[in-house]
Amino acid sequence: MALAHLASSSSRSNLLKPIFAALSSTPSLRCPISSAAADNTKTLTIETSVPFTAHQCEAPSSLVDTTPEELLTFFRDMATMRRMEIAADSLYKARLIRGFCHLYDGQEAAAVGMEAAITKKDSIITAYRDHCTYLARGGTLLEIFSELMGRQGGGSRGKGGSMHFYKKEAGFYGGHGIVGAQVPLGIGLAFAQKYSKDGTVAFVLYGDGAANQGQLFEALNIAALWDLPAILVCENNHYGMGTAEWRAAKSPAYYKRGDYVPGLKVDGMDVLAVKQACKFAKEHALKNGPIILEMDTYRYHGHSMSDPGSTYRTRDEISGVRQERDPVERVRKLVLSHDLATEKELKDTEKEIRKKVDEAIAQAKESPMPDPSELFTNVYVKGFGIEACGPDRKEVRAVLP
Amino acid sequence: MAAVFQGLGAATAFSVSNSLDSRKFLVSSRKSLSARKASFPVVRSDGSVVPRSNARVRRAEQLITNAVATKPDSSAASTTSKPGHELLLFEALREGLEEEMDRDPHVCVMGEDVGHYGGSYKVTKGLADKYGDLRVLDTPIAENSFTGMGIGAAMTGLRPIIEGMNMGFLLLAFNQISNNCGMLHYTSGGQFKIPVVIRGPGGVGRQLGAEHSQRLESYFQSIPGIQMVACSTPYNAKGLMKAAIRSENPVILFEHVLLYNLKERIPDEEYICSLEEAEMVRPGEHVTILTYSRMRYHVMQAAKTLVNKGYDPEVIDIRSLKPFDLYTIGNSVKKTHRVLIVEECMRTGGIGASLTAAITENFHDYLDAPIVCLSSQDVPTPYAGTLEEWTVVQPAQIVTAVEKLCQ
Repeated sequence: MALAHLASSSSRSNLLKPIFAALSSTPSLRCPISSAAADNTKTLTIETSVPFTAHQCEAPSSLVDTTPEELLTFFRDMATMRRMEIAADSLYKARLIRGFCHLYDGQEAAAVGMEAAITKKDSIITAYRDHCTYLARGGTLLEIFSELMGRQGGGSRGKGGSMHFYKKEAGFYGGHGIVGAQVPLGIGLAFAQKYSKDGTVAFVLYGDGAANQGQLFEALNIAALWDLPAILVCENNHYGMGTAEWRAAKSPAYYKRGDYVPGLKVDGMDVLAVKQACKFAKEHALKNGPIILEMDTYRYHGHSMSDPGSTYRTRDEISGVRQERDPVERVRKLVLSHDLATEKELKDTEKEIRKKVDEAIAQAKESPMPDPSELFTNVYVKGFGIEACGPDRKEVRAVLP
Repeated sequence: MAAVFQGLGAATAFSVSNSLDSRKFLVSSRKSLSARKASFPVVRSDGSVVPRSNARVRRAEQLITNAVATKPDSSAASTTSKPGHELLLFEALREGLEEEMDRDPHVCVMGEDVGHYGGSYKVTKGLADKYGDLRVLDTPIAENSFTGMGIGAAMTGLRPIIEGMNMGFLLLAFNQISNNCGMLHYTSGGQFKIPVVIRGPGGVGRQLGAEHSQRLESYFQSIPGIQMVACSTPYNAKGLMKAAIRSENPVILFEHVLLYNLKERIPDEEYICSLEEAEMVRPGEHVTILTYSRMRYHVMQAAKTLVNKGYDPEVIDIRSLKPFDLYTIGNSVKKTHRVLIVEECMRTGGIGASLTAAITENFHDYLDAPIVCLSSQDVPTPYAGTLEEWTVVQPAQIVTAVEKLCQ
């Protein structure tokens, strides 16, 4: 698990000691099978609260297998993401992060659930709301904050910014600013996977706003025509910038928009449902070609830091979702109801996360800005001894390594 | 094989062997130049120095007397004894493509009608049968998404060649080319390479109408991170195609609709042209004429007339549209002190405009006269044949411009 390194081994074992304290379980979560003895690897089967809705395919079962270890990892990862995004908010207001900053808090379950269902060999490509996906794919907090503040130590050497996180070795292809442009790229990733026959899939994420882009339908046609192992995931947070989905789309049933491409609607605030759906989608894509997943999710912040987020929706709506559907709270309740950890232990975890995030920020703040020569690096790739000289060479040619 | 590729590092584009019999010898029209002074050696664009000899054996030049139509080799009498093989430009492109696909299994082609149909200009004919549908991919008519698809595949390590059936159609994919193709290497801090080749025919054809006669090199030239090259002969078409495929940078290869049937004898052995080099077509002394693609032939036609009138133009096919080969161009400017640019782009914002600015910035002190740039008119290309002719630079205009420049 990408974020496992954050958990020190000693605190892990504390959390997983068998706990027989009776804690009240909330009735809203149906947990037909629970285990009082919290063994790391014991399988828990939990039913998701919202069933899947399928289009042109059989919905997977809403009983999801998980383990205590996995649930605690979910909690830790999502809490880290939540804390990181809130910290980014403060940094933006302190003008340490500039330009555009699109925050993912509220949608953490989509990133974490997806990661749990796949391997690092599968590819993920997303749009600009990519901080948490980068973290889930193996990025460190330091790399994230350095890149956000434009420092040399950032994931893209400070030259990309908030919208351009990439991690090639972990199969994370970014990080793209133009709405919808990542979808054909993602289909290209799937094409390459089919070309090299390596049994992996590509998850192509986009939002409800991008779902109206023509290139998406072009890409869908191409993917379906050649049975590419692509999974198109619509992270439907119901608002495309400032326009609600019902004002932008004639048919907001995004999972059905593929027509001949099967689709599945998933409760995107439930990490276990997301995990189940992604697992199902991966199996489907490898056999039958593309599938669309619509994650019904929500973002607490506005579209970006320049958007207050309250001019097109009511504060009541935001706080209502936060109370009833918050992904981190759901996992917390699950963990507590299955006696996997005490309230205090979870609070300690959160404190630890907060400390780690603060440390990463402090370190990133001290880190150096990119060297001026970095302006000209990475414009072209050098190689083959070709003389790639700029237009202002006069007498001397340089043979590049 | 190693010997040929060593040439890359040493900045030569051309065949290493000195037996340049594979090139046409040009003798007839030079007789009038016997009075010319030849006090310094000619620096060829391959870096080697050819001392002028009284015998005036001009090597490595090619004079196509007619701008477009296929002409048999003028010294065809001894074809059988010449090394190399004769082919048409589109066949040369195909040969280059095939050799690279044989060499590297990551190379694949995608575009409209490239597979079963064989390519609308027959560049990919026969390749689908040989390599299969996945490597020579027929895409639906969706430029934006298949260009994006090629770029996404390139991010993982494939080397796609994306064909636009006509360069003008790639305007639909401009976002993908500009933002994703050109910039990803930079915005990812060097993590991703995009070794794509985007190629296709462009330029003004024979009454194809405004939308099918566009010159996209002017639109793409400011995209950072891409390289642009324009081929003009079968020799450099094959060489540039191979170099573009092997390059780790995204390269846009501009072909011209009217040049596909040019015939030339090219070497049998493998060779590559350098992507950043210009080609010295005809060394001279009085004026430097910079051109590329089809206009090269109009220039050479005008050169014939000019030579008869006593001028000695130096003709350089710039080939590399981004970055400009200012080394070759600069050497030429320093020699002749007069520059004429002949291009097919529009007057406003074309390659000629950028080249004028680049030369003025760098070689202003060496110029005896302002740079003259002959470009197409700033109008949509009309359908009527006579009007179409007037939008594009014709040899007579080139002759007039040189005469005026050399006064």
